[in-house]
Amino acid sequence: MNIEDQLKEIVEGNDVVLFMKGSPDFPQCGFSGLATQILQQSEVRFASVDVLADNAVREGIKQYSNWPTIPQLYIKGEFIGGSDIIKEMFENGELKTKLEGVAT
Amino acid sequence: MVTPEDIKGWIEAGMTDCTVDCEGDGHHFEAVIVSPEFEGKSRIQQHQLVYGVLGDKMEAAIHALSMKTLTPDEALP
Repeated sequence: MNIEDQLKEIVEGNDVVLFMKGSPDFPQCGFSGLATQILQQSEVRFASVDVLADNAVREGIKQYSNWPTIPQLYIKGEFIGGSDIIKEMFENGELKTKLEGVAT
Repeated sequence: MVTPEDIKGWIEAGMTDCTVDCEGDGHHFEAVIVSPEFEGKSRIQQHQLVYGVLGDKMEAAIHALSMKTLTPDEALP
């Protein structure tokens, strides 16, 4: 399976998935830490992928959504955005709406 | 080292009627970007537009850029 298919499987196989640097317990970058905090405060169960663990994933996910930075959040297969957009959507309530119907 | 002025210059050069306010410490930057090119685009598309203008610099020179994108109407006080 090529990397794009692998990423597609991860993105479509999880209701909420965060591609990040490090893990939710030990984020390796402030922006990934912020995204983690927001999801934890939203009380949603989410999968996370540490892009630092696999360079093919790190480069592949940038191509996948034509988005050059990490973190990246996907909800039900849809690319939601990076940390700026996640923060903005958290503050204005859009994120909550997006997460409705997702298992907690 | 990249300065906020560099980033301001790169983005303004690549977009129509664009004004950028940028602050940063050489590694992390925050930019407020106003351009009519953002009209009718989603936030993802707006940020992709800016990333596209910055191109390889996003990989090579800029560790982290936090951005807020606004149309001229949205930027009115």
